[in-house]
Amino acid sequence: MKITVSGEKKEVSDGITISTLIEQEQVETPQYVTVSVNEEFIDQDDFDSHVLKDGDEVEFLYFMGGGR
Amino acid sequence: MKITISREDFNRIYEHALSVRPEEACGLIAGEDRESGIRVIEKVYILTNTDHTNEHFTIDPKEQLTAIKDMRANGLKPLGNWHSHPESPSRPSEEDKKLANDSKASYLILSLMEEGNPVLNAFHIESHGDEKTVRKEELLII
Repeated sequence: MKITVSGEKKEVSDGITISTLIEQEQVETPQYVTVSVNEEFIDQDDFDSHVLKDGDEVEFLYFMGGGR
Repeated sequence: MKITISREDFNRIYEHALSVRPEEACGLIAGEDRESGIRVIEKVYILTNTDHTNEHFTIDPKEQLTAIKDMRANGLKPLGNWHSHPESPSRPSEEDKKLANDSKASYLILSLMEEGNPVLNAFHIESHGDEKTVRKEELLII
């Protein structure tokens, strides 16, 4: 099936989860990554169970923060 | 690395940072990396600090997503982020370093510590295991 990852169309296996996609995309420091699917933010606890569908638009966003 | 920001964009973030003081202000920077090795900031995004404190900042992820899509639509590359230090110098704090996870990013810090004399610096922060190294970049306001 085809999904869009960070603006790029990609062919991925049917039934792929967010966790597997994170591995395949070799996302750096995934513990600091927020994931949105079709502009809905997905809880990190659901990365293993959230199955992506054909046509989904996935974005990986790095947590951006800090302090004085 | 040499990095440039326009006087207009500098003024925008300075004025915004003053307007939300004592809270920290924050946002993203976008532009291009030229073959000459110069990183050019072409657009500055002023985003919400969801922490609303003078001690921390967290960029609103929904606004971050909107900004990333805007960059893509306008052919701009995400270059990093900026935030203000209302009461401390323009250098990465321990928390800034800990939470800097993108070794390709430039991290801009605007100090408002000295009234009427804003200081903006850019930093490259790289991870080496649990250690972080910080290198100051040459920032030009043009």
